Amino acid sequence: MPVVTLEGRGDFTEWREAARRLLISGVPPEAVDWRENADAGSDLFDRGADGRQVPAPTVSATSTLTVPKSFLDTAAAAICHADPARFAILYRVLNRLQRDRNLLSLTTDEDVAMLNGLVKSVRRDSHKMTAFVRFKEVGHRAGSERRRFVAWFEPDHYVVARVAPFFQRRFFDMDWMIATPRGVAAWDGAVMEVSSAPGQKSPMSDDTEDLWRTYFSSIFNPARLKVRAMQSEMPKKYWKNLPEASLIPAMIAGAEASVAAMAERAATDPPAFHARVRPAPDGQGSVVPSSRMTLEDVRAEAAGCTRCPLHCNATRTVFGEGPPDAPVMIVGEQPGDQEDLAGRPFVGPAGKLFDTVAQQVGLDRKSLYVTNAVKHFKYEMRGKRRLHQRPDAGEVEHCRWWLDLELALVKPRLVVAMGATALFALTGARPKIADVRGQILYPESGPGVFVTVHPSFLLRIPDAGRREEETARFAQDLARVAELAAHPSIGQAR
Amino acid sequence: MKKSLKERLAILSDAAKYDASCASSGTVKRSSADTGGLGSTEGSGICHAYAPDGRCISLLKILMTNFCIYDCAYCINRSSSNVERARFTVEEVVWLTMEFYRRNYIEGLFLSSGIIRSSDYTMEEMVRIARALRVDHNFSGYIHLKSIPEASPLLVEQAGLYADRLSINIELPTDAGLARYAPEKRPGNIRRSMGELRLKIDAANDPTLQTKRRQRFVPAGQSTQMIVGADQANDRVVLATSARLYGSYGLRRVYYSAFSPIPDASRKLPLIKPPMMREHRLYQADWLYRFYGFEIDEITADQPDGMLDLKLDPKLAWALANRQFFPLDVNSATREALWRVPGLGTKSVKAILSARRLRRLRLEDLARLHISVKKVRSFLVAEGWTPHRLIDRSDLRTMFDPKPEQLDLF
Repeated sequence: MPVVTLEGRGDFTEWREAARRLLISGVPPEAVDWRENADAGSDLFDRGADGRQVPAPTVSATSTLTVPKSFLDTAAAAICHADPARFAILYRVLNRLQRDRNLLSLTTDEDVAMLNGLVKSVRRDSHKMTAFVRFKEVGHRAGSERRRFVAWFEPDHYVVARVAPFFQRRFFDMDWMIATPRGVAAWDGAVMEVSSAPGQKSPMSDDTEDLWRTYFSSIFNPARLKVRAMQSEMPKKYWKNLPEASLIPAMIAGAEASVAAMAERAATDPPAFHARVRPAPDGQGSVVPSSRMTLEDVRAEAAGCTRCPLHCNATRTVFGEGPPDAPVMIVGEQPGDQEDLAGRPFVGPAGKLFDTVAQQVGLDRKSLYVTNAVKHFKYEMRGKRRLHQRPDAGEVEHCRWWLDLELALVKPRLVVAMGATALFALTGARPKIADVRGQILYPESGPGVFVTVHPSFLLRIPDAGRREEETARFAQDLARVAELAAHPSIGQAR
Repeated sequence: MKKSLKERLAILSDAAKYDASCASSGTVKRSSADTGGLGSTEGSGICHAYAPDGRCISLLKILMTNFCIYDCAYCINRSSSNVERARFTVEEVVWLTMEFYRRNYIEGLFLSSGIIRSSDYTMEEMVRIARALRVDHNFSGYIHLKSIPEASPLLVEQAGLYADRLSINIELPTDAGLARYAPEKRPGNIRRSMGELRLKIDAANDPTLQTKRRQRFVPAGQSTQMIVGADQANDRVVLATSARLYGSYGLRRVYYSAFSPIPDASRKLPLIKPPMMREHRLYQADWLYRFYGFEIDEITADQPDGMLDLKLDPKLAWALANRQFFPLDVNSATREALWRVPGLGTKSVKAILSARRLRRLRLEDLARLHISVKKVRSFLVAEGWTPHRLIDRSDLRTMFDPKPEQLDLF
């Protein structure tokens, strides 16, 4: 039986070379005796138990050996594991891969599960190394400005070479060296040296550790003691090299007493500065008499509107905007997702469509007063999306207070109702839009109401051809509005 | 006499511990090898230490100052509290961050502050710290800034250029609760700043026409925190609020913080044992909502008082209340259906899907994936296994109830 002795300190190449030779020579997995010897030199490599050399492969090493890329990544990680069985597991999987290329996808296979287990431990160990290495500062190197730091760490596996690039990315502007029993890595600003030879632990101290320990004990909340949760993430085996860990037993022991002290201590009177720093009342609640209200006053008051429950779930009131003496007022249904976030009407997809079409027919958005029948966004959550919900009659009624104030203050000559909700808010009636579209309706009081569809209706038409048709009709409607807007007596005729 | 740096560090980290977030993940990759300075971010975060409260210590989480003009009842730093006060200078915060970072104690800085003078003044000082770290000290580590409520949008925008994450705390699940316990905070304004920040983040994520490059602006997004157990809101209300926050403002995380006794507590609030199990269940429910395709209504529907079951995790509680959904065939059920099986996580479902393309799976196969067969077998059909009457057993719940002696853990 061939004996293969590897150094086994995380070097993937030595195993790969050995495995390649064995595989090409057709040596089955069960026939190999993999051994680990830290002192192994190349002369020990490939000798049979009786000292016989394993026959050199008769075919060229590049001939037929291919493996999936995922195996190389997996194997390079697994080889760092300290378990002596890793060589054999890897060789077994390598062998089986020659017959079954999809083997690694078979996560429930015993060999694959074992391999994945090795990789998982190595990844965890690597991650813990990035977390628990603690640098201590040592004096400058002679003739150098760069600060110098050293650390001693004890990983479970041969992960130093895997993790070293992380430290290089992170600590580029300082010299550092991490020594471990399983290898050493060092960086001096120009070259990173990594060796698998064991490093030396040397006693050192660092003044900043004291501040770190202060932080560690102060950030701890004694009322939420969860020792097991701590230990599962920061097992005791790491504690000896963590400057903060020696505080832990006392922190745990004192926790109960400090919580009891908090409970016993009676509430105290506020300190003197409390009264001085009370913020001045911000003027909310001052009421302007409605007869002298301007549009800005109404807008400010509407911002705090709680007339209906919609305000609880919406971000903010979306009040109308436009010239306070605009001849034409556009009324939509309610703000949507984007309007709710931005606090401005008609800025979402439907608003953009409206702007585009209006521009095409020569209607300048800046000359229009644009608002909605309901000023808060009504929606329901569907997964992580807010889906628009049509406001009900009650909500429209409540919000008509604001719409009426806008109408009274802006005094438009013509109002455009886009969609059924706007039409209902403006006229109190609910005819089918199709029956009254393009007409000017005259409510009991106020200006005439021109009826058209809401632009979001266009966005919801799935068929492109029909959508185009309807958009053209909408453009016709807006063109008519532009025409009416230019006419001095619009909306007045009856 | 001026307190030493160490004394102030003790005060200002003690004052910061009630903020649950310590995440350093979800940001872009950066490396000091590219900048010649210090610091890197790797995408996933690193917890550099754990305190005995089980919480990860990833960032230097401190307050710039714990003086505050607000008087929020639940807060250790409220103006009426007799807690000791202190303040860091900009340079001190920068020094602490850099020196802790160099020793690999932390991933970066999580800076919050009491409000001094005005919201804008406070926010401006915090932005100065972030700018000093990024610009003057060439620091590429993680920075999380807590936005100050009412700070001007312009300052928030500047903060977003330097910070990986911005957060603003919603504090309590309902507006009424906030009005009662945090009289100076305006829930409407908190939502407004979240909305504005979302629009800015979305805009920055839109590749520009010229360069197709994305502008770097708060790459790790925004988060928030809700205190549970201080007011009367039940879990259904808490989770519905979270869902709205996720949906409306694209938050990366909503943190739940079990209301915990503070030194010199307000008379308005009882000193209770923090409801840690409730907090844990809320996080589990939050996870189901974000990663397992559950709607919030489904999770809380079968809980009569709107509270999650403290004894059973929310997925198991849902499964026991919806037995008609089971058993599922592990060899044919969809990914989304398997996510709903108690005992299967997203990773094990992925492994199952990978393996079952090649083999019909048996219970033993699941065991090899480190799945608890005892837990899943009542809900699954596998090759050679049918859970006969199991799913119909009236005592199914008792099979999963925790053993009484485990309770004192929580």
